[in-house]
Amino acid sequence: MRPFSYERVSTPAGAASAAARTQGAKFIAGGTNLLDLMKLEIEAPTHLIDVNGIGLDRIEPTAEGGLRIGALVRNTDLAADKRVRKDYALLSRALLAGASGQLRNKATTAGNLLQRTRCPYFYDTNQPCNKRKPGSGCAAIGGYSRQLGVIGTSDACIATHPSDMAIAMRALDATVETVKPDGATRAIPIAEFHRLPGDTPHIETVLEPGELITAATLPAPVGGTHIYHKVRDRASYAFALVSVGAIVQRDGSGRVAVGGIAHKPWRVEAAEAAMPRGAKAVADGLLAGARPTRDNAFKLTLVERTLGAVLAQARG
Amino acid sequence: MKDDDFGITRRGVLASGGASLAIATVPPVRAEIPSAPQPMPAAMKVALTVNGRKRTLDIDTRTTLLDALREHLHLTGTKKGCDHGQCGACTVLVDGRRINSCLSLAVMHEGDEVTTIEGLGTPDRLHPMQAAFVKHDGYQCGYCTPGQICSAVAVLDEIRNGVPSHATRDLNARPRATNDEMRERMSGNICRCGAYSNILDAMTEVAGRRT
Repeated sequence: MRPFSYERVSTPAGAASAAARTQGAKFIAGGTNLLDLMKLEIEAPTHLIDVNGIGLDRIEPTAEGGLRIGALVRNTDLAADKRVRKDYALLSRALLAGASGQLRNKATTAGNLLQRTRCPYFYDTNQPCNKRKPGSGCAAIGGYSRQLGVIGTSDACIATHPSDMAIAMRALDATVETVKPDGATRAIPIAEFHRLPGDTPHIETVLEPGELITAATLPAPVGGTHIYHKVRDRASYAFALVSVGAIVQRDGSGRVAVGGIAHKPWRVEAAEAAMPRGAKAVADGLLAGARPTRDNAFKLTLVERTLGAVLAQARG
Repeated sequence: MKDDDFGITRRGVLASGGASLAIATVPPVRAEIPSAPQPMPAAMKVALTVNGRKRTLDIDTRTTLLDALREHLHLTGTKKGCDHGQCGACTVLVDGRRINSCLSLAVMHEGDEVTTIEGLGTPDRLHPMQAAFVKHDGYQCGYCTPGQICSAVAVLDEIRNGVPSHATRDLNARPRATNDEMRERMSGNICRCGAYSNILDAMTEVAGRRT
């Protein structure tokens, strides 16, 4: 690990201004992803701003009938919250499908959204990786790509976003609230929060330097049957090959977001109109324009079949 | 030169062996050169309570909670396995919740209460989970065991507190300490000897006593 200086801050605005003050600074909350990457020197911040003391650790009702989830609410607490379990079961299910009990006790709502990819070539500092070292190339293209992206990829990067929670947030139309170093706040729809890799895969979100996530807000509950189906190489504690998060209404309409296939939670609202017609019709729309590799073309079939299982489960 | 400069311990041999192996096999490639000037190593004071005892450390900011426990406080019961949050050998309780101590900086634990395997029980007064692991042979080599036991204690607390898991059928009902629940909740603790079924027996016995 590279040396770094460390400070604790007590307010969200103080955190953002501390980040603007120090070049090479990063926020740290749970630290479960950042410290892992710092040990490998994939991340090498010169200064850490510990935001655990700034509050933002509560889940509160909004005036619109939804929930405002503080950035520092731990994954365990979010999954266990009674309101979330009852009205946003998809979110509980997605969280509980991810990581281990130990990690969920530490990992935060904001940190979960900001997880880096698990692409093996991003992790291996002996390999070129445009995300880790812009312009160095992509060893994943033409490499071992079984776990990697099939849609929204680019010639620079085929990495996927590893979060389960973000898939549920995308299906639930969450909004990400932030504060900038100058004190300005903004609300970013989750659909616009994560970026596709394009030719700048090292820029993963629309956050500006020093901008701090303060909350994720959920709109009022939409009802329906909530299902998160994660397909992975072992039954627990593994990243998704494909995951499907869906909310299905009694008339067969609904929403679906897919994980494990793209650089961001993958949802195509136009494809959802086909939900009453079954999995194939939805998958055709969701995966139009997919560019799988030889290793991961199976994911196209897997998305359709996982979605089929989800729709069957929703019918009961 | 002092006598103890020649003292050879198993840990010393393992550490130096590991270091020379790393030098022999890993090319000196470091792809990431940060743009900002890298500061010198920084030390900081942190005060925390470990197994009921107040401790103050003056340590490099890079020190993980795991290394602080093992190398600074000499509580070597907590084990370093993967050092990346994948194996669970370093599991300890912080303010009653289990975490991977390898993925947490010691300086981030100001004022926290840490419980390690040494704080759960002693050889003379075993914690019920420690006694159950002995009774049910919940280990072979024993390396993962301190983490397994800390995790197992926390798992039963989580079930008692109504925290759901991936194995919980009805999110709105109280979870119970079933085999499926305990297996799922223990998935962050790897045992390469494969003592899982005996670990489950130990946990079942302790859960039975409580409920």
